[in-house]
Amino acid sequence: MSTRFTLKDPARESRLINDRLIFSAIFVGILFSVVMVRLAILQVVEHEHFDFLSNRNRVDIEALPPQRGLIYDRNGVVLAENIPTFSLELIPEKVEDIETTLGQLAELFMLSDDDLSEIKERIKQQRRFQNQVIRQRLTEQEVAIFSANRHRFPGVDVVGRLIRHYPQGALFAHAVGYVGRINERDQQVIDEKNYKGTLQIGKTGVEKQYEGLLHGQVGYQQIETNVQGRVVRELSSQSPISGQALYLHLDVNLQRVAEEALADFNGSVIALDPRSGGILAMISKPDFNPNLFVTGISTKNYSVLRDSIDRPMFDRAMRGHYPPGSTLKPFVALAGLELGIVSKKSKTFCPGWYTLPGKDHRYRCWKNHGHGSVDLKQSLAQSCDVYFYDLSHTLGIDRMHGFLDLFGFGQRTGVDLPSESRGLSPSSEWKRASRNQVWYPGETLISGIGQGFNQMTPIQLAQATATLAMRGVNIRPQLARATRQTAGSDLELMPIKTQDGLPIVDSANWELIIDSMVEVTDGPRGTARKVGEGLPFKVAGKTGTAQVFGIKQDEKYDAETLEKRLHDHALFIAFAPEDDPEFVVVVIAENGGSGSKTAAPIARKMIDQYFGIRVEEIDADE
Amino acid sequence: MNSDITDRRNPQSWSLTRSLFAIHIDALLFILLLTVLGVGLMILYSAGDQNTALLIRQLVRMGTAFVGLLILANIHPDRMRDMAYWLYGAGLILLISVLFFGHEGKGAQRWLDLGFFRFQPSELMKLAVPILVATYLAERPLPPTFTRLVVSLAMIIVPALLIAKQPDLGTSILIASSGLIVIFLSGISWSLIIGFIIAAASALPVLWYVMHDYQRQRVLTFLNPESDPLGAGYHIIQSKIAIGSGGLFGRGWLEGTQSQLAFLPERSTDFIFSVIAEEFGLMGVGLLLISYLMIAGRGLFIASNAQTSFARLLAGSISLTFLVYVFVNVGMVTGLLPVVGVPLPLVSYGGTSMVTLLAGFGILMSIHTHRRMMSP
Repeated sequence: MSTRFTLKDPARESRLINDRLIFSAIFVGILFSVVMVRLAILQVVEHEHFDFLSNRNRVDIEALPPQRGLIYDRNGVVLAENIPTFSLELIPEKVEDIETTLGQLAELFMLSDDDLSEIKERIKQQRRFQNQVIRQRLTEQEVAIFSANRHRFPGVDVVGRLIRHYPQGALFAHAVGYVGRINERDQQVIDEKNYKGTLQIGKTGVEKQYEGLLHGQVGYQQIETNVQGRVVRELSSQSPISGQALYLHLDVNLQRVAEEALADFNGSVIALDPRSGGILAMISKPDFNPNLFVTGISTKNYSVLRDSIDRPMFDRAMRGHYPPGSTLKPFVALAGLELGIVSKKSKTFCPGWYTLPGKDHRYRCWKNHGHGSVDLKQSLAQSCDVYFYDLSHTLGIDRMHGFLDLFGFGQRTGVDLPSESRGLSPSSEWKRASRNQVWYPGETLISGIGQGFNQMTPIQLAQATATLAMRGVNIRPQLARATRQTAGSDLELMPIKTQDGLPIVDSANWELIIDSMVEVTDGPRGTARKVGEGLPFKVAGKTGTAQVFGIKQDEKYDAETLEKRLHDHALFIAFAPEDDPEFVVVVIAENGGSGSKTAAPIARKMIDQYFGIRVEEIDADE
Repeated sequence: MNSDITDRRNPQSWSLTRSLFAIHIDALLFILLLTVLGVGLMILYSAGDQNTALLIRQLVRMGTAFVGLLILANIHPDRMRDMAYWLYGAGLILLISVLFFGHEGKGAQRWLDLGFFRFQPSELMKLAVPILVATYLAERPLPPTFTRLVVSLAMIIVPALLIAKQPDLGTSILIASSGLIVIFLSGISWSLIIGFIIAAASALPVLWYVMHDYQRQRVLTFLNPESDPLGAGYHIIQSKIAIGSGGLFGRGWLEGTQSQLAFLPERSTDFIFSVIAEEFGLMGVGLLLISYLMIAGRGLFIASNAQTSFARLLAGSISLTFLVYVFVNVGMVTGLLPVVGVPLPLVSYGGTSMVTLLAGFGILMSIHTHRRMMSP
């Protein structure tokens, strides 16, 4: 064989390899001696220690779940707390026959087949030494029943647990959200180790957004238990680190006023402080009781919520799409001023309708016999549609879209809540891309009065109003105000997120728009005259009445004969005081009929509450 | 000098040895393997909750593995050398296709579904890598030149990285060691070896410096699993209790509480050594380790008596890699080494590694039994 390579010296090579083989044998001998020494240490020297652990005792490692951080409103009122309850739990590796055990437990506690298969699924997926909840929130009677039967169920026990509770009930259902049982989808995104022993996770609202902050860090204890599973002593432990407490900008009193003022209307009310972006009140109606979800909502309750035509679980403040109606007019007017299309003095004649050059179609003003000759201030105060048809026509949809973009219409505001919707601020490009159609001039007219394709979310409207109030300073709306690491430590304030200021050239334009909005609440012909009455400061506002369905050319809108669901949406945006704004409020009452009659009074109630103005002048307890 | 001469003096053993030799089986190695496999089945019965179905499946695997052993023992070592590049090339292609078409099992992509059976290309590489490196280095005079050293290192690193990416760190380490052992045996100078070790050691702090915090944390947990008693540490804590409580003589077969009460996870696969230690004590594991050393010792004897450099290198690598297996597994369950997931050879439940292992011993037997025919 080796003759193929003339340079090879087989004898030398075999010596070389043999030397290496001998060296390897010696090295291996040393390695295995180390292993034997290690085994001798474990099995002879430390034998008694391990024998003790193994024989008379068992070592258990228990996860100590952290306490979830509490959520407070701005005054320190608790919005989400943890209350102690008993739950029935099972450790799969300690149960001999899971099938039979579950069957017997099902009889005792009347578990449904659905529950059972869900529990079995969980047992299959997770580690065998992890607790599995069979049933939460046991009544005292159920605890007693189990105690009497405990001997039949080794590996099953009643465990005291803290579970989430929302003392304010439905009031913060959408804003604060709720926690629920960790499901498969959650399992894929969480750090499995840190959630050992944790049963619940934030599903919606603030609870979801700030999950990482609220949850905390898991701890563990290594304990010795005897054959009965009783703890003999603790070997080592690491305490869990509780989640941080979260303080929101929300004010429970203001929230309650909003809830009561909106009464039976579906819709949304948002109030915020434009200086910080802090959201003071935010409701979406109808709402629901978040406590139902904490321990797993029953199928029956869930289908009631899911199938209701009013969609109570839908967060309208974040995801509701509404045509802004006339509340868009101040922004369109500002565009007109800024681009030099209209001026403070220029006037338009309103005969009650508007036609495009060379067309017959009449675009009507809400006031059938017209406003006559109006300037910008009058047209905003009286919400004249014809003025805005004319302005929009000259402006064109794309310039309008570009300007509204600055105020964040059709974009997410970036508020600290999950699942915010984008809304829609139309443009000719959008129409071509999404519908493959050209833009018609008539569509520009109705866009200019906030109808047509316009779809805004309440939070967008609130942010745009705040930007207007602050004369172009754009601050991101935010629910979280501060956190507290541990009880007694200082509050850590959340940073205020200011975005780029608006590139408005002439600051007098702001004042003209805002003056006109004051005229709405204060002027003799303002559409919301009652809002400004009897206040020590001036309120800037704008009403809006948004059509839910189109009225044909020759028809008249008649509330009497129309189904409630097709009534117009009532909108109102406002901020106060006009010269030094600290309060912005947006009201949307679905099918409320008219902005001035329905939405504006709700906003006034919010203003009264915020500024501590009482009808009976009861002294505020400050 | 030759063991067969001594055998011939005893007519009875001579006839058995001779008939085994005729089908290219080395009697001593064969008997040692059968002994360890038999003990393994006994342990598996205890570790696998006395499940006979499990036992039967393992027996079927052993049967398949022995067929493989027999086939390889009857292939002349020269043929293996001829096939080395093809085998390695095929293995590499399969490894790459696993990355794209592989099946996931327990979170790692290792399996290739061939319709009738599922196959781990990394197992093929366990043999293909040492065969190729031995072939390549033995083509020219030993010790190898620096260029050939670099080429052979590349031959090792490419499959090792592909397998580590699956991720299967245990197999990756084993394959890398099998190749590195060939290089070591080929006689490269000690200054190169020491230089290599120093270079690797000095690269570690640099690596540590550029790592992210969470990566460092992961490495620390990997090195010291007991700092994480809820996750990786659970296995080790339970394993140490099982081993330590076994004492000098053990609790007796089927009597280990850690194993029988299911405190010990993975007890029929990666952690089966702890079951042996619990039930048979230091004596039991001592005897087992001695059996392993005897198997490898026979392999080293075969290596030293082989007639070509290729055969020496290959036989030496197979024998020593076998001990690396044992060392990594025992080191892991006793808490000496981090947990990487290497089964205890010949004893752990599981099929593919058994086939490769016995195929390796088939190669050893082939090297030994084809000797005479090469040089009468």
